[in-house]
Amino acid sequence: MKEILVLAEHRRGELRDITFEMLSMANRLAGENDMTVTALFLGHEASDLSDGLKGACDSIVIMDDPKLANCNADPYLVAMELVLKERKPLLTLIGHTAAGMDLAPALATRLSLPLATDCLEVNLVEGRLEVIRQIYGGKINAYLTMKPFEQYLISIRPGSAAAEAEQGKSGATETVPVPSWENLKGRRFLDYLEAELEDIDIAVADILVSIGRGIGKPENIPVAQEFADAIGATLACSRPVADKEWLPKSRQVGTSGKTVNPKIYIALGISGAFQHQAGMKNANTIIAVNKDPRAPIFNVAHYGIVDDLFKVLPLLKEKFTKK
Amino acid sequence: MNIVVCVKQVPEVADADLEINKEGSGIEREDLVMDINEWDNYAVEEAVRIKEALGGTVTVVTLGDEDSEDVLRRALAMGADEAILIDGEGFEASDATGIARGLCQAIRDLSFDLVLTGVQSADDGWGQVGLVLAEFLNLPYASMAVGVEIEGDKAIVLRELESNTQEKVELPLPAVLTVQTGINDPRYVSIMGIRKVRNIEIKETEAQGLGLSEDEIGAKGSSVASRKLSLPPVGEGAEILTGSLGEICEKTAQIIRDKGGVE
Repeated sequence: MKEILVLAEHRRGELRDITFEMLSMANRLAGENDMTVTALFLGHEASDLSDGLKGACDSIVIMDDPKLANCNADPYLVAMELVLKERKPLLTLIGHTAAGMDLAPALATRLSLPLATDCLEVNLVEGRLEVIRQIYGGKINAYLTMKPFEQYLISIRPGSAAAEAEQGKSGATETVPVPSWENLKGRRFLDYLEAELEDIDIAVADILVSIGRGIGKPENIPVAQEFADAIGATLACSRPVADKEWLPKSRQVGTSGKTVNPKIYIALGISGAFQHQAGMKNANTIIAVNKDPRAPIFNVAHYGIVDDLFKVLPLLKEKFTKK
Repeated sequence: MNIVVCVKQVPEVADADLEINKEGSGIEREDLVMDINEWDNYAVEEAVRIKEALGGTVTVVTLGDEDSEDVLRRALAMGADEAILIDGEGFEASDATGIARGLCQAIRDLSFDLVLTGVQSADDGWGQVGLVLAEFLNLPYASMAVGVEIEGDKAIVLRELESNTQEKVELPLPAVLTVQTGINDPRYVSIMGIRKVRNIEIKETEAQGLGLSEDEIGAKGSSVASRKLSLPPVGEGAEILTGSLGEICEKTAQIIRDKGGVE
C-alpha cells in the first residue's frame, strides 16, 4: 500500500498544530486513495511528544539523536533523505512554516523530487497530483497539476485543515537507525530568542484598530490613533507597518507576531495575507476597510467597507465624539 | 566580504485590480507597475550594509527580460558594485528549480562569501529559489533571516520563527541566506541616484551560454504540468456595507456599539 509521510513539527517540547493539520489532510487523502499515513518524528528523548501522534496516524517512525533535538535543517535534511530513500512514500507533507520552509526546497533538490509549496489543498485525481495554492499575495488562486513522478514533496499552509490529535487511529511506533552524519554542512543551532514586550500587550485588548500598508506613511498614524482613542481601542498593525518600524514589532498581528482574539478587530488598509489572517481570524467581529474589493481580508471579515480609509475614519470617529 | 544578491522584478499588486489572461495561465501585466521584489530590496540593503562595514563587493544578479535591468540599476544605486542580467528567454514557465539552475550557473565561478536572496517573491511566492540554489552550490544556508552578523569565517543568523520568537544559528562561510522583510530599513533610491550608475556596465548572459539545456529549464524542466488561475470570489464571507458614506459609517458605528459595548 502506498504511503503518505507527514513530518511532525515540534518546538520546545510541544507538537505544533500544523502537524495535526497535515495528518488530517493525509488521513482524508489516504481514505480516498487506499493509502497509509505515517508520521515521521525527528527528535531526541521525546517519546512523550511522539506518543501524542498515535491517535492521528497509522504508524510513527522515530529517529532519535541529540542532533535532532531542535529543528536544524542541516541534520534534519540528512535524516529525511535516509527515510525518504528507504520508504519511498508517494507523498511527503511538510508544514509551510518557519521550520518547513527551511527544509522542503533543499530536500526536494537533494532527492530530485518535485515540490509544491504553500498548498491549501492536495488531491489525487486518477493518479495525478493536483494542488491549490495562492499567488500574488492571496489575490489569485492557482490550480496546479503536477507531472507524474514516483514521489512528491508538498508543503502545507498552516490552517488548511483541522488540527485534531484524535482521528480514530492508533499508530504503532517504530524507531529507525540514525544516519552516519557524514554529510553535514556545519550549521549549528545556538538558541531561541523571545521578543521583548516593547510597550503594550495587544493580545489583552477588547477592541483593536489595526493598520496596514494602506495607512501610507507614518504621518497618517495619528488619524488611526485618534479613532482608536474615540472608541477605546488599542492600535495594532500588520507586518508592513512593523517592518517599516512605524509601530513597534510588539503591535504586529499575525503568524510571526501576535495572535489576538478581541471582541472587535477593525482592519484598516490591510490586504489580509494569510500570515495576517492566521493572527486575527478568530476575533468575534471583524470589520475591514479597504479600497480593493478583492482584498483577501474580506474573506475573513464579517463586515466590509470598500472605500478609502481616510474618508471613512473622520466620519466614523464623529459618530463617537459628537453627542 | 564578497556578496552576491539575487533579485527579481515583480508587478506591484497591493493596490492593483488583477485580471487573468484568456488562457487562464497568468495575469494581464500591461497596466501593472514593475518594481524590485520587496524581500529582495531588503536583501540588497543588507548586502550593502555588510560591505560598508567589512569591505568587499556586492554583485546583483537577476533573471528576466530587458526591463529587469531597472532592478539591477536600482541595486547599483543602493551601493552594489556589479550586475549580471540573465536573459529570461527559455526560462518562461520555469519552476523554482529552473530559475535556481540559471542563477547557479551565472554565479558559481564568482568568488563570494555570502549569497543573499529574498525569502520569497511577491508574485508566485514559492519561497524555494534561495534554498534550491544553496543545494546546487552545495553550501550551508539559513532561511528567513531577520539579523545577520559576520564573525570571522562564520555568520551568526537570527531566523524568524512564529509568535515573536527567533532562532539563532551559526553557519560557516560561504553560505546562502534568504532575507525576511523588516531586517533593516532599506535606503531611499532617487532618480538622481539611478542616473549616477547609468554608465556601469551590466554583464549579460543567456541560458545557452550558461550551459543549460532546454530540458533543464522552462516548462520542460518544470515539475508542474499545467496551471489554471482564478480570482477568488469577491468578499466571500463579509457583508459589504452599502449606501452613502454617511450611512455606511452610521451602520459601522452601530456594529461597534453592539459588538464591543462601546458607549
